[in-house]
Amino acid sequence: FYLTPPQVNSILKANEYSFKVPEFDGKNISSVLGFDSNQLPANAPIEDRRSAATCLQTRGMLLGVFDGHAGCACAQAVSERLFYYIAVSLLPHETLLEIENAVESGRALLPILQWHKHPNDYFSKEASKLYFNSLRTYWQELIDLNSGETTDVREALINAFKRLDNDISLEAQVGDPNSFLNYLVLRVAFSGATACVAHVDGVDLHIANTGDSRAMLGVQEEDGSWSAVNLSYDHNAQNEHEVERVKMEHPKSEEKNLVKQDRLLGLLMPFRAFGDVKFKWSIELQKRVIESGPDQLNDNEYTKFIPPNYFTPPYLTAEPEVIHHKLRPQDKFLVLATDGLWETMHRQDVARIVGEYLTGVHHQQPIAVGGYKVTLGQMHGLLTERRARISSVFEDQNAATHLIRHAVGNNEFGTVDHERLSKMLSLPEELARMYRDDITIIVVQFNSHVI
Amino acid sequence: AAGMFLRLLSDVQWRAANPKWRRMTSSQRSTSTTAEAAPVYLPAQAQVVICGGGITGTSVAYHLSKMGWKDVVLLEQGRLAAGTTRFCAGIVSTARPVSIERKMAHYSNKLYQQLEQETGVPTGYTKTGSLSLAQTQDRLISLKRIASSLNVMGIPCEIITPKQAVQLHPLINIHDLVGAMYVPEDALVTSANVSLALATAASRNGVQIHERTSVSHVTVQKGRVTGVETDRGRIQCQYFVNCAGQWAYELGHSGEEPVHIPLHACEHFYLLTHPLTEPLPSSLPTVVDPDGRIYIRNWQGGILSGGFEKNPKPLFTEGRNQLEIQNLQEDWDHFGPLLSALLRRMPGLEALQILQLVNCPESFTPDMRCIMGESPTARGYFVLAGMNSAGISYGGGAGKYLAEWMVNGYPSDNVWPLDLKRFGTLQSSRTFLRHRVMEVMPLMCDLKVPRWDFQTGRQLRTSPLYDRLDAQGARWMEKHGFERVKYFVPPGKDLLDLDHSKTFYKPDWFDIVGAEVKCCKEAVCVIDMSSFTKFEISSTGDQALESLQYLFSNDLDVPVGHVVHTGMLNEKGGYENDCSIARLSKRSFFMISPTDQQVHCWAWLKNRLPDDSNLTLEDVTWKYTALNLIGPRAVDVLSELSYAPMTAEHFPSLFCKEMSVGYANGIRVMSITHTGEPGFVLYIPIEYALHVYNEVMNMGQKYGIRNAGYYALRSLRIEKFFAFWGQDLNAFTTPMECGREFQVKLDKGIEFVGQEALLEQKQNGVYKRFTMFILEDHDTDMDLWPWWGEPIFRNGRYVGKTTSSAYSYTLERHVCLGFVHNFDEKTGEEQVVTTDFINQGEYEIDIAGQRFQAKAKLYPFSSLFTQRRRKDEVELSGYQRE
Repeated sequence: FYLTPPQVNSILKANEYSFKVPEFDGKNISSVLGFDSNQLPANAPIEDRRSAATCLQTRGMLLGVFDGHAGCACAQAVSERLFYYIAVSLLPHETLLEIENAVESGRALLPILQWHKHPNDYFSKEASKLYFNSLRTYWQELIDLNSGETTDVREALINAFKRLDNDISLEAQVGDPNSFLNYLVLRVAFSGATACVAHVDGVDLHIANTGDSRAMLGVQEEDGSWSAVNLSYDHNAQNEHEVERVKMEHPKSEEKNLVKQDRLLGLLMPFRAFGDVKFKWSIELQKRVIESGPDQLNDNEYTKFIPPNYFTPPYLTAEPEVIHHKLRPQDKFLVLATDGLWETMHRQDVARIVGEYLTGVHHQQPIAVGGYKVTLGQMHGLLTERRARISSVFEDQNAATHLIRHAVGNNEFGTVDHERLSKMLSLPEELARMYRDDITIIVVQFNSHVI
Repeated sequence: AAGMFLRLLSDVQWRAANPKWRRMTSSQRSTSTTAEAAPVYLPAQAQVVICGGGITGTSVAYHLSKMGWKDVVLLEQGRLAAGTTRFCAGIVSTARPVSIERKMAHYSNKLYQQLEQETGVPTGYTKTGSLSLAQTQDRLISLKRIASSLNVMGIPCEIITPKQAVQLHPLINIHDLVGAMYVPEDALVTSANVSLALATAASRNGVQIHERTSVSHVTVQKGRVTGVETDRGRIQCQYFVNCAGQWAYELGHSGEEPVHIPLHACEHFYLLTHPLTEPLPSSLPTVVDPDGRIYIRNWQGGILSGGFEKNPKPLFTEGRNQLEIQNLQEDWDHFGPLLSALLRRMPGLEALQILQLVNCPESFTPDMRCIMGESPTARGYFVLAGMNSAGISYGGGAGKYLAEWMVNGYPSDNVWPLDLKRFGTLQSSRTFLRHRVMEVMPLMCDLKVPRWDFQTGRQLRTSPLYDRLDAQGARWMEKHGFERVKYFVPPGKDLLDLDHSKTFYKPDWFDIVGAEVKCCKEAVCVIDMSSFTKFEISSTGDQALESLQYLFSNDLDVPVGHVVHTGMLNEKGGYENDCSIARLSKRSFFMISPTDQQVHCWAWLKNRLPDDSNLTLEDVTWKYTALNLIGPRAVDVLSELSYAPMTAEHFPSLFCKEMSVGYANGIRVMSITHTGEPGFVLYIPIEYALHVYNEVMNMGQKYGIRNAGYYALRSLRIEKFFAFWGQDLNAFTTPMECGREFQVKLDKGIEFVGQEALLEQKQNGVYKRFTMFILEDHDTDMDLWPWWGEPIFRNGRYVGKTTSSAYSYTLERHVCLGFVHNFDEKTGEEQVVTTDFINQGEYEIDIAGQRFQAKAKLYPFSSLFTQRRRKDEVELSGYQRE
């Protein structure tokens, strides 16, 4: 059986979300026009997360994709918390003081972030108090540390990533009297997540990446064609520098055991991640926390399992690699996506498909009869075929959806094959993960008029 | 390549046919590359300067020179017939839905037919006939309506079966056709050559033609054209004619005093092919397949086929633009659906080889009709443009009408549907035009059912009550940009989708309007009539009264507080406007005219009122909201709200008084309803509109008040034999011809415009008579409904056409209004129409080829009137006096 095109569309569009930066006086003065995002689950439930928010006390917009593993708890927590840590890291001293004073005296807090969320992107209410307290401790330390220097975005991003991972680790060690929360913080810490985050402020684009999600810039060449520029490095076994780094951080004796079957300690694909305390804590700490933890944790074979050749933790870090890029007029869009996309599509194809979608031109040469002998019938056939090809463009109102359609449905000719698309989407839950990974995509469109 | 070929061909013929011209044109061409000054100097002055050397410009020049105006200069920025005219498909077809358009096309056809003989320029004129195909029954009905109209014009035309169609054109696939219309005298021409032939004849008559001369702007002083500035110097002139086609809008806006010419260009595509293996005969009829949105004509053994796609590409929104001109290329993907339609209609053409896809911009107007006439603000500034892709069909006739207009002061036929003054500044926004033409171009092929409305460019002018009425179920139509209510859909009852109401038969709002009419008859209804044009004329002395007495046919020297119905007539006694004028004080008058009179009436008065600073004319349309309270209980509602007696003894018919309604003061209350029913119109300063409306609705509840719309109003006024200007009345109908002699005071002691003509009619009788017809054997549920424009037959012979029609819920019959002529049986000459002539005849009305018996009446049914009236005047078109 096959899914009908409307059924396919309803699956593909279930999680799509678009945001347009509001205009003032008919003009958009922001360097970002807006973004489209979407995700397609393979795991049930999906382990990917996404976030987008506008910083209200500083300028700039934050966008991120988070690929969870060993459950979605860590990815969920990072998607809720990371942007607050970044925003706080960016705040000037006076604003931090103002916020702290407001909390102290019970006054209304300055809003820090304006979220742009799909209804399915939830926040866990239960943990909000806990998360808030950790965040407050962070900004109190920032106030105490007051360096007096203006905040550097690169540093702010690195600090925020590290601090959040640290808080996740600490919260799990300390535990919580509330048994639900206690279990939650442990699940967060024992699962893991990669993060790829973009901060756009005017022409300054920063990408902070931890793990194997990827940021890619879509560039329109002078001749109108599209090319891709990577703005992040994958932290995995394919990255020589990363392998080198890991080896440097541990004694020579461990060298041959560090990376096995392209995995860290033969287990983990990404070489950097949030959570995953199994790769960060000492064996003693892990055993202590698990024993004192709730039964569910004790019963879980995965958490109890200690990685082999585990001698000199930590083996894993959440510290991101930050790349700064000054936007140019030819930089038209940014794609942030989890590895589910990059496994199936080359970045060059991603650049072309999104570029053509956004400019509304299917980069097909217009037909010119010129001196050729063409009959009406031949022309008719040609036009019918072109229309069929173009129609897949117009089905989507969202660049991310359009990209997913291609990622899942592309045939060997690079066009969407409905039959294949239908098959891939109707796979039973238990099979889906074997054919594809969760895919999460954010496509940010830049405003060439102000760049 | 085909375009070039056409061009070369025309060049060769142009020179061969016109030796007098060879020197000038060839020298200009040879120097054009070196950009030297042209050798022929422009004259310093001329009577008329025409801008544009396309079909319209050359046609105007041709007709002006024929009528004796020879001091004419025609300027063309490029070369003659090199713009849209060159690319035009060259189809001359009379199969047009609007009467005046049929007349223009018919004249064009006759003109082009003899043009080659007259000028020696081969025009490629071939009488091929045309076939209009119908894929649906509704389409066939619309063709039958056109066929009825063509036949009474004496143009041969027949409705044929698909099988007969295929005999006329063997390539047609007929499996999806229900019928067709065949017009054997329709023709094909080489359009550029027609234009060159007209230019040749004009230049022989003395018209000077200058190519490669651009008009930069027109100068106007004291409201009159004084000259034009060109890139080659200035020409003083009394008349300027803007025939600049798709550039007419820009040219109109280039001067200090803008002339608004609402048109907008769209890309238009057609296909040229190589000849068939066995070349198509040049006599093969042109095929129009409106349901497929295409036309197909034979072209040099192959075909030429274009169409009007659903998704047009408007261009030059921001004005002439070199980039857009360069981008005017073949767009096959865009043409795809039309190509599909072509191959569906003629599958045998699959193997035919393509020559070229031509992209030729055409200009379109907001209502699909061309634009002709004099600017309301600059006298002597004439316009002929916006041909909606039918420039060749209309060019000849339109040029003739415009030339007559300039020479005689008015054309020989009613061209109000084409008059520039039907538009104002409000249709001049580029955004409006861009959106509207995107709707108009597909409409060229869409089915035109009765009472269709434009969907774009809406909600521009609205009453302050718009939201309130909308929330109560109002369905809207638009007139001159103003939203007016058609009817109110009762809560809980929703009409089916819009398509369903697209019918030539009984519409789905029948019962809804019936209920509104019933309420007007038995209780009271409110209709928002704010769109009507409202002027105030006042003076310090008697100037206002004196001027109005001269410009209007009725006696306006009435006591203060009286309302007078009167025509604003032209010299021939025809209605330029039909209005109600209230005398507010000794020296000020309040004038109410139809909505679309806002520009025309203003210009008419402005041009004729004395230039006197003590006399002021003010347009107060926007200042007042008008609520029409119709029905026997209107008097109760109003007297309760005002604590004033409103009965006929205190407030007789045709009175006007300022009074308070609710809390609001200064409401102008007039005892007229525009329907013949009892009631009042309240002219409310807009800030009080909502308050007064709420008060009226609250108070009216106990009297059964409800909202009503224009459809109810129409039914009421037509069953009472009320003529409306713009539908029934126009510049060619006089008060004498429609039983309104009582609104003319020939003896008022003051000479007035049109008096002489009316006196003559009074003595010698009239040549047509406004008559009311009650359809006898017409089944409202099953038969096609009349609309307007249906031929009227008397004793089997054609005598005229209907001008409006409506179902009368009181008579339970259809009522048509129209003019009856008396054409001489042999000569066809018009003869006097007497009351006896009307009364002694058996009448039939032809609706799409089917004739229905009708009873003719010159007076409305007296039983329909129960109202008490002022003694000396009645609010009637008939002689119904007590």
